[in-house]
Amino acid sequence: MAERDPAWKVLPKPSHPHDSARLHVSGEARYADDVGEPADMLHLAFGQSTEARARIMAMDLGDVRAAPGVVAVFTAADIPGANDVSPVAGDDRLLADGEVLCHGQALFLVAATSQRAARAAARLGKVAYAPLPAAITIAEARAADAHIEPVQRMARGDATAALETAPHRLAGRFAMGGQDHFYLEGQVAVATPGEDGQIHVLSSTQHPSEVQHLIAHMLHLSSADVTLEVRRMGGAFGGKETQAALFAAAAALVAHRTGRPAKFRCDRDDDMVMTGKRHEFEVDYEVGFDGEGRLLALSLHLASRCGATVDLSPAINDRAMFHADNCYYLPDVAVISERLKTNTVSATAFRGFGGPQGMLAIERVIDAVAAHLGLDPLDVRVANLYGPGRETTPYEMVVADNVAPQIVARLRETARYDERARAVAAFNAANPVLKKGIALTPVKFGISFTTTHLNQAGALVHLYADGSIQVNHGGTEMGQGLYVKVAQVVADVFAVPLETVRITATRTDKVPNTSATAASSGADLNGMAAYNAATAIRERLTAFLARTYGVAEGAVHFTPGGVLVGGETLTFGQVARKAHIGRISLSATGYYATPGIEYDRSVFKGRPFYYFAYGAAVSEVVIDTLTGEHRVLAVDILHDVGRSLNPVIDVGQIEGGFLQGQGWLTTEELVYDERGRLLTHSPATYKIPTASDRAKHFTVTLWDGENAEPTINRSKAVGEPPFMLAISVFSALNRAVAATAPDRRAIPPLDAPATPERILSAIAGHRGGA
Amino acid sequence: MGVRFLLDGQRVDLPEVDPTATLLDHLRYTLRRTGTKEGCAEGDCGACTVLVGALEGEAVAWRAVNACIQFLPMVNGKALMTVESLKDAGGALCPVQEVMAANGSSQCGFCTPGFVMSLHGRSIGARGCDLPVADVIAGNLCRCTGYGPILEAGEGLAPAARDEAAVIAGLQAIAGEGASGTWQGRRWFSPRTAQELAALLAEHPEARLVAGATDVGLWVTKGLRDLGAVIFIADIADLARIEEGEAALTLGAAVRYADAHAAMARLHPELGELVRRIGGLQVRNAATVGGNIANGSPIGDGPPALIALGAELTLRSIDGRRTMPLEDYFLAYGRQDRRAGEFVESIRIPRPAAGAVVHIAKLSRRFDSDISAVCGAFALTIAQGTITAARVAFGGMAATPKRAAACEAALVGRRFDEATLAAAAEALKSDFAPLSDVRGSAAYRLEAAANLLRRLWLREQGTAISVLEVEA
Repeated sequence: MAERDPAWKVLPKPSHPHDSARLHVSGEARYADDVGEPADMLHLAFGQSTEARARIMAMDLGDVRAAPGVVAVFTAADIPGANDVSPVAGDDRLLADGEVLCHGQALFLVAATSQRAARAAARLGKVAYAPLPAAITIAEARAADAHIEPVQRMARGDATAALETAPHRLAGRFAMGGQDHFYLEGQVAVATPGEDGQIHVLSSTQHPSEVQHLIAHMLHLSSADVTLEVRRMGGAFGGKETQAALFAAAAALVAHRTGRPAKFRCDRDDDMVMTGKRHEFEVDYEVGFDGEGRLLALSLHLASRCGATVDLSPAINDRAMFHADNCYYLPDVAVISERLKTNTVSATAFRGFGGPQGMLAIERVIDAVAAHLGLDPLDVRVANLYGPGRETTPYEMVVADNVAPQIVARLRETARYDERARAVAAFNAANPVLKKGIALTPVKFGISFTTTHLNQAGALVHLYADGSIQVNHGGTEMGQGLYVKVAQVVADVFAVPLETVRITATRTDKVPNTSATAASSGADLNGMAAYNAATAIRERLTAFLARTYGVAEGAVHFTPGGVLVGGETLTFGQVARKAHIGRISLSATGYYATPGIEYDRSVFKGRPFYYFAYGAAVSEVVIDTLTGEHRVLAVDILHDVGRSLNPVIDVGQIEGGFLQGQGWLTTEELVYDERGRLLTHSPATYKIPTASDRAKHFTVTLWDGENAEPTINRSKAVGEPPFMLAISVFSALNRAVAATAPDRRAIPPLDAPATPERILSAIAGHRGGA
Repeated sequence: MGVRFLLDGQRVDLPEVDPTATLLDHLRYTLRRTGTKEGCAEGDCGACTVLVGALEGEAVAWRAVNACIQFLPMVNGKALMTVESLKDAGGALCPVQEVMAANGSSQCGFCTPGFVMSLHGRSIGARGCDLPVADVIAGNLCRCTGYGPILEAGEGLAPAARDEAAVIAGLQAIAGEGASGTWQGRRWFSPRTAQELAALLAEHPEARLVAGATDVGLWVTKGLRDLGAVIFIADIADLARIEEGEAALTLGAAVRYADAHAAMARLHPELGELVRRIGGLQVRNAATVGGNIANGSPIGDGPPALIALGAELTLRSIDGRRTMPLEDYFLAYGRQDRRAGEFVESIRIPRPAAGAVVHIAKLSRRFDSDISAVCGAFALTIAQGTITAARVAFGGMAATPKRAAACEAALVGRRFDEATLAAAAEALKSDFAPLSDVRGSAAYRLEAAANLLRRLWLREQGTAISVLEVEA
């Protein structure tokens, strides 16, 4: 555990329920689609490409315009400014211009008097295409030499030479699927035109500033003319970081062109077809190791399906590379990352942001090594953990806060891993049809945007003369409990009850130029910015009271019982009133930029992360070797959130992240046909976990530690890291499959997601020695 | 006469309705009750769960349903409860809401009203709720919480008695004849008796019959189709009878799966388990046994099991009735043996003989609320170690639910032993040439189907075969 900084107050925080919990359960929490609709509201739908890649020869939209309820139809030619909804590269069109790059791409935009009318009309477009060669799979893109950027390489030492001299050597390959976010609230935006060309947009987005800037560019407006507002999202998980811009821009375009309010509430199936997903990866590895399974050399090739445009794929694939070590020291290593451009919807941010793919790759390698040597994979994991003298990552960041060895050891004991592993073996010996597997896997996840300049945040705190407080910051609420955490920080600065702090919607006219709420950084960045804003006001109050009462500033104390000054106790409201009469500014902005991070992407060296968050999980599973059906029976998690800002919120993130990860690796399968059409575009065919998929035995324990870095309350980020705890499920399934031919010293050929069909196929492969 | 229903005791009259307008859209965009959410508009996520109450005898039967695929005429004569109905007069949250708010059961909150309604239904004894909490919320998806705090909230809830006197009085006041109307030239009817239905169908043979709308609903919300003339049949009382006899269970075509569940489980526990896994509770509360047959889907879960059990189907028209083995009803993909003017009236399922070997298996990516890749059902009669009769049927293996003739032939007259089962499994290859699709490849379907016979054999030898019955 880190030494506590005596100047930094670390408080044990209580478990406050989500600030909107009572509104959620009563149905009174308002989402973008719940705000009342003016009578002249227009409803929108896109006409979509039916080709994966083609030149558009002609679009006949006569039937669309003539359809009942249609008020206007727009194409790329109707966009006054930039036809761009991309985050970085400028290559995502709002409406296709000349060429389509994936099936489902937006061609034209229909505005009608009802959503059903708009959707029906959007299907009436007659589009003439000249098809072009399309690459749908990673293999096809590789054959066509289609990449979104050059191959990237991160290396230390000489992996090739070390492979030659290693006592043992293995090569293998496997694949892992993508994942749809399946936020319960689909993409939605409402644009309302204001006076003098201004526009207000309610959007379900994690990145209000980016949407604001894109809309301004699209409409030839200044950023000051466009205001984005987000009170809450009905889930996002990365799927509303860049993907919300398409719908918000469409609504803004219609509002701008027609002068009427416009709403884009995307149908679920259209949403699943048109918006990006987690990257699918194919992994090739060659590993050298000693007789104890200690890795000596690794050559790892990560190929990802990035889809049709750049989106955030460079940073996502970088993060995959940064997590290809997970908790393990890799002496001689080369990680090659190939970012393939395919004619499928552009892959995008999703909880973990490439980290899960990189981490699954190395965990798979460890499982392969253990299988080859006939060792318990956990022993191989422990043998490879970072430790004294072995603490530098392949990108030359020192793992200074390494608690993985302690976490793994503690969980191994509390979850009775070794005893249960023996029981699993006994079960397998006694059962011909059903086979169990158990696995413990650790997580080390780097916290910070790897694009360094994004690690900044702003906040705005108002103290009103009645003693009530409003807090606003650049972070968005998608269910993760950010708002309540930041409100707690502010309440603690003034030592007032949480109810004193009114949380307000995120708006670009309150805090400008914000980063996306992403990379698990929301509370770290915005909590600290709000802390700085609130502290600025408290310092003014302290100075004012000291002056007024003729005491030293050190004699002014903000306590839960009131403000102590001299011998007097004032209520917080009295202090606010007095300060206002005393002409003290009661409003302040706060700003925070993460210190100490810096790295050089051209060589993949430096310190991209402020710190790491750790965790470990034990999962026990059972499979049916005749059908491939399987269940997760038990899960025990030990996870490091530093000194939690709010334990109930953090445990919720851990449990939810785990189950989402379990879904990624088991039931959630994206299926495309050979023409690049997504076939699993609805919950009828795309299966996220249900309540019964949660293991009946499920425990979560928070690691009793503090962040070594001076983060807000010495807490750690929690949004993404727990997702990767579910790799233990995949590893356990792998072992259950291996139990069908227990003498074979090889890892079964199991790809993710481990659907019943893949399990059955892996069993056949394992038994047959394929 | 249009549609009328009770909402929180208030009578809502809709003299003219679009017969394929959904209850969800009406709640959200006309009545401005925005607590009920649209997550998918296809009955798969449960965010739009509401409770619909119907007078059954002297009591109110509440059912949790997906409002997104309930057409407005389907709530005619009923009482509605939405998430906004639950606070008491003083504005206090109801017990389900209180415990969920206190327990960290919501994160983004978007699915929450649907869970609240499902769990509230369970606490007031709504239909189909005498199941574990996980089963009651199997039709509600949450992407944030991992379900733990929701399950905990549900487990801790005590049954809540309701004073239904006012609802009963209100329902009695709006009860009456059937309903009907015309909307933009499209006729719709909601008859009350099978006789009326027969007469209506004779007059409008082209009319679309809609029972639970759990399939047809998507033709509208996703396909944006115009259904033309529609006849709603789920509230025809004489099609909703359940007769549990010594020899057979007879179900009216409009019996909802949730209502049939217990009787089907009594017929055979594996049939009950299959029904548990048909949709979520909201779907079973709307979907009918007859609709599951009549739509002829090759992946409907009811038909393979019912065919294996030897079920008979009765069709009715104004001219009378005819009865056929269920398998004969399915002619080809999308084509059934239903003549103009006919409707499915009932299904008779013989009770398996004592000692019959029955195995029913549904294979899907996810256990709950999923559609089969393969659904296999086996009913073997064995005398002195010899198989004297065999009925084997599969869904997901052909263009219709279909019996496996070669497999059956390989079983009948042979010893009930491992070699016979292996030969029967091999014979499946000549019975079926399944497709590869989004739910599974042809190879997987054939292999898994064959393995089901092996699994049946091993089960009979006392081998553990179900992953659902294993503990950590």
